[in-house]
Amino acid sequence: MKNSPYLLSVTLATLAVLSAPVMAKGKLNVLCSTDTDWCSLMETTFEKETGIKVSLIRKSSGESYAQLRAEAKNPKIDIWWGGTGDPHLQAAAEELTQVYKPKALSELRDWAQNQAKVSGYRTVGIYAGALGFGYNEKLLSAKGLAAPKCWKDLADPKYKGEVQVANPNSSGTSYTALATFVQMMGEDQAFDFLSKLHKNINQYTKSGSAPIKAAANGETAIGITFIHDIVKQVKKGYPVKAVAPCEGTGYEVGSMSIVKGARHLKEAKMWADFALRPDIQTMAAQAKAFQVPSNKSATTPEGAPDFSKIKLIDYDFAKYGSAATRKHLLQRWDADIKSLPR
Amino acid sequence: MRHSFIPWLLLGWVGFLLLPWYLLEDGFWSFIWVTDGYASDMDYAPAILQGLVGERTWLLPLIFPLLIPLRLLSLTKSDPRYSRYLIIAGACGLSYLLVQGFAIGVSGWQFMGLTSLFGELELQQYGMGYGAALCGLSFLVLLTTGLAASGFLKGDVFVTSSIGLVIALVGLFVFFPVSQILLSAFISPDDLFTPMLFVEKLSSNNIWSLSCLNSGYACGIAWNSLALAISTAVLTTLLGLAFALVITRTGFRWKKSLRLLTVLPIITPPFVIGLALILLFGRSGVITTFVADLLNIEPGRWLYGFPGVLFAQVLSFTPISFLVLIGVVEGVSPSMEEASQTLRANRWKTFINISLPLMRPGLANAFLLSFIESLADFGNPMVLGGDFEVLSTEIFFAIVGAQNDQSYAAVLAILLLAFTLSAFFIQRRWLGKKSYITVTGKADSGTYMGLNPGMRRLCYSTVIPWAALTVVIYGMIMFGGFVKSWGYDNSFTLQHYSAAFAMSWGDVGIIWEGAAWDSLWTTLTISAIAAPFTALVGLLTAYLLVRQQFKYKEVFEFGTMLSFAIPGTVIGISYILAFNVPPFELTGTGIILIICFVFRNMPVGVRGGIAAMSQLDKSLDEASLTLGANSLTTFRRVILPLLRPAIIAALVYSFVRAITSVSAVIFLVSADHNMATSYIIGLVENGEFGIAIAYCSVLILVMLTAIICINLLVGQRRLRRTPSNTPSPRKTSFSSSTLKENQA
Repeated sequence: MKNSPYLLSVTLATLAVLSAPVMAKGKLNVLCSTDTDWCSLMETTFEKETGIKVSLIRKSSGESYAQLRAEAKNPKIDIWWGGTGDPHLQAAAEELTQVYKPKALSELRDWAQNQAKVSGYRTVGIYAGALGFGYNEKLLSAKGLAAPKCWKDLADPKYKGEVQVANPNSSGTSYTALATFVQMMGEDQAFDFLSKLHKNINQYTKSGSAPIKAAANGETAIGITFIHDIVKQVKKGYPVKAVAPCEGTGYEVGSMSIVKGARHLKEAKMWADFALRPDIQTMAAQAKAFQVPSNKSATTPEGAPDFSKIKLIDYDFAKYGSAATRKHLLQRWDADIKSLPR
Repeated sequence: MRHSFIPWLLLGWVGFLLLPWYLLEDGFWSFIWVTDGYASDMDYAPAILQGLVGERTWLLPLIFPLLIPLRLLSLTKSDPRYSRYLIIAGACGLSYLLVQGFAIGVSGWQFMGLTSLFGELELQQYGMGYGAALCGLSFLVLLTTGLAASGFLKGDVFVTSSIGLVIALVGLFVFFPVSQILLSAFISPDDLFTPMLFVEKLSSNNIWSLSCLNSGYACGIAWNSLALAISTAVLTTLLGLAFALVITRTGFRWKKSLRLLTVLPIITPPFVIGLALILLFGRSGVITTFVADLLNIEPGRWLYGFPGVLFAQVLSFTPISFLVLIGVVEGVSPSMEEASQTLRANRWKTFINISLPLMRPGLANAFLLSFIESLADFGNPMVLGGDFEVLSTEIFFAIVGAQNDQSYAAVLAILLLAFTLSAFFIQRRWLGKKSYITVTGKADSGTYMGLNPGMRRLCYSTVIPWAALTVVIYGMIMFGGFVKSWGYDNSFTLQHYSAAFAMSWGDVGIIWEGAAWDSLWTTLTISAIAAPFTALVGLLTAYLLVRQQFKYKEVFEFGTMLSFAIPGTVIGISYILAFNVPPFELTGTGIILIICFVFRNMPVGVRGGIAAMSQLDKSLDEASLTLGANSLTTFRRVILPLLRPAIIAALVYSFVRAITSVSAVIFLVSADHNMATSYIIGLVENGEFGIAIAYCSVLILVMLTAIICINLLVGQRRLRRTPSNTPSPRKTSFSSSTLKENQA
């Protein structure tokens, strides 16, 4: 009597690959919104160092935010690491994430500290990436076109049907671009520029980094996206070149937030401190991530955009991350730009 | 045993007295509770101890509905108290179980009114576990047994219980979650009920604009979706028919390979066909560059948008319509055609007047399925859509995109649902109440007539180029895993495979080093568990629908088909909303994935079963019943063996769909249960096409192997004595048996 259920349980447990692992002393559920390579590098390094069992899942920042919202009443995730800053700020505004001031806060660059301040210390910057565009050298020279250097070049009719950018409704990258234009030029002029640019756009993609992949594969000549994504394609050997626009450009702050009601809060805080350490941030280059790390003492990977040489605008994350501004700009984009004839 | 309810009652007692009442934190399949302080530990305690020792006194009243049926042990079935007591016990038990589950949650009372009525509740309860599930099942069967005893459905316990079970399952896993998300269509961002907002969003220009007809502006997404779905459905139905005719009614030499080809797209993970098409027909694609050089024209981007999506969808869904049609085309009895020819009709006339009308259910089903598949398709518009927006992708981006507008997503979902359901009703009206029975118990043999020459040429000229294209595309996919960067640097490498599937020998056996192993094992396990359940629930439902007459059957059928019409994205989000909190707390487990697959793919089993069963004459059942078998035995011994092709189809299809589905899965995967497709999406998003394609190739091979195994296990049905000369389709071969009557 005592034996048979035990035997059954052993058999079933062996059979079922599904079975959740036996609870270790420490456990941490991480939602990761950077590239897969970087996610798994962080996971294994943290596990090796602390002995805490990490369960990590990779999702884009939009999907991650949707999951946190859906799970708000009973969160399963402890910490959300990586991904563009806007959804982190939105999560902070909805109090889906919780206040934590990491030990290394004072060692961080201004934009990373600013991200924490804006959110009431519910999130913090871990890396930054500047917006720019990349072009396919082969395609442009085949068509005898000069390489574009500035944002305004992209609206030049000679590039008709050659530019790609994501739809700001679906991509945080492209929303950053929209907000950048509005901050650089003023809203009406920005939409005027966008309507001219629209004539050159061959497709508004869904994903933010798709345009540069299309440029790498020769499907389009020019793609607007983050410079670190362009550098990645360059390093893979595709004939693309990255451009930091002459007028200046906006940027994103990749962020990290601890989920409110996390079941493994202690471990989540350990991860947060771990992720901000200079030696850990320096490791990003191993995973072919070319963002600028947020810790001042971390080494910026070779090939990453040099922020001291790029004209960065004073991006107002609080205003352009807020739901009201976002809704207004996206609705105007839908009404004034998207359905325009080409 | 005297009363059929006794084992079920026993089950209820076991659930109440012995098994852990609540969900275990270690997972459904973990049995450490057996040795880890079972019974006394409140995490593992059964309901009786939770109530007596753990102060969860609200569980104790559940004992009464379990006591009532004990009184019946001494009664006979004809006693009027028999049915009354059972109904009371079942209904009270079930409703009390649900009420207490919803009323008390993680944070005590779940409704404001209850707090003010009873005061703050210190205790809490988590999701229901084994014990609660058994009790629920027991109450359900007691209720249905009682109903049957009171004369329901001619007193047939098996049929009544089956209907009850299907209703309960569909209600819990389809209606409950979907109602959660549909409600949110009427909820404004600040949690207020605002029907006006719904009307405003529904009538948006973004959805209904027709300006593409007379200007350069884009049309509304509703029209885009409809145009795409109708075009896809028409083309796939015609192509599928051409394939089916070539295989059954011509002496075409490579039939077997043709069948194999048509299976391929179905076992293809999403995104791959789109990627392959880009490499062939994109602006820098192989074929585009070749043609552009030849004709000296500028390479275009025609692939991105309506034409590309249509192209990819027709490629993907033709096999589905083929699988529906081949079953029906084969099912058309040769003797009818022979009769027609004996009456001096020529082949063309026979085809038009006899064969084609008999294929109507197949044509309608093929059209309906392609139409729905196209509406719900997510992968192809995602990769090839360009600026061409359709409902399924818009729903996804309304939720995960920069807008984060859940109520807009819900509005679009309602619209999508309305389209699908209208198609469903139109199909039913078209089929009407005519008889399409061709397989009877009577002796029946003969050979199919051939096609007339004109038809044959037409079929050949569509089927052969299409098949060739499919071969090229799959060649590209297989080849893509072995080159450095696809389309750019075509030198040979094994690095993608070693990154994903490396393994080495360690001290304790094989070490699975590759990054893809985890998700691959999870995917295979979950799909393998889901497949038999899908087939079972699907065919049972089909049996009830075709063979049993009961009130509100239409409503019942509608309910079981509903989940097919709901796009995966909506299912995914609604499952999270519904099953993240007690009483049904399932998120983060592997179970939620299994359940999602079972109820999403169940309609396939249902449709397949219905189509196959409506060809089986009812006299077969009647013969069995006359000989004294009950309906359970008839189902098991007569219907099931004749349904083997439908069973194969349901098993294969649900297994394959579980592996390849993406949109619902994205939301339901968790760290411990990651699925292959969501892993692949991550790779595609990062531009790791090489590894993604290598992974897809492996998945394709795995699915092919699985299909062959399922075929060998389940075997063939034998309908009639078949002459050995061709063109008989009933030979045992991998391709002819695979999926052959998959009504998809």
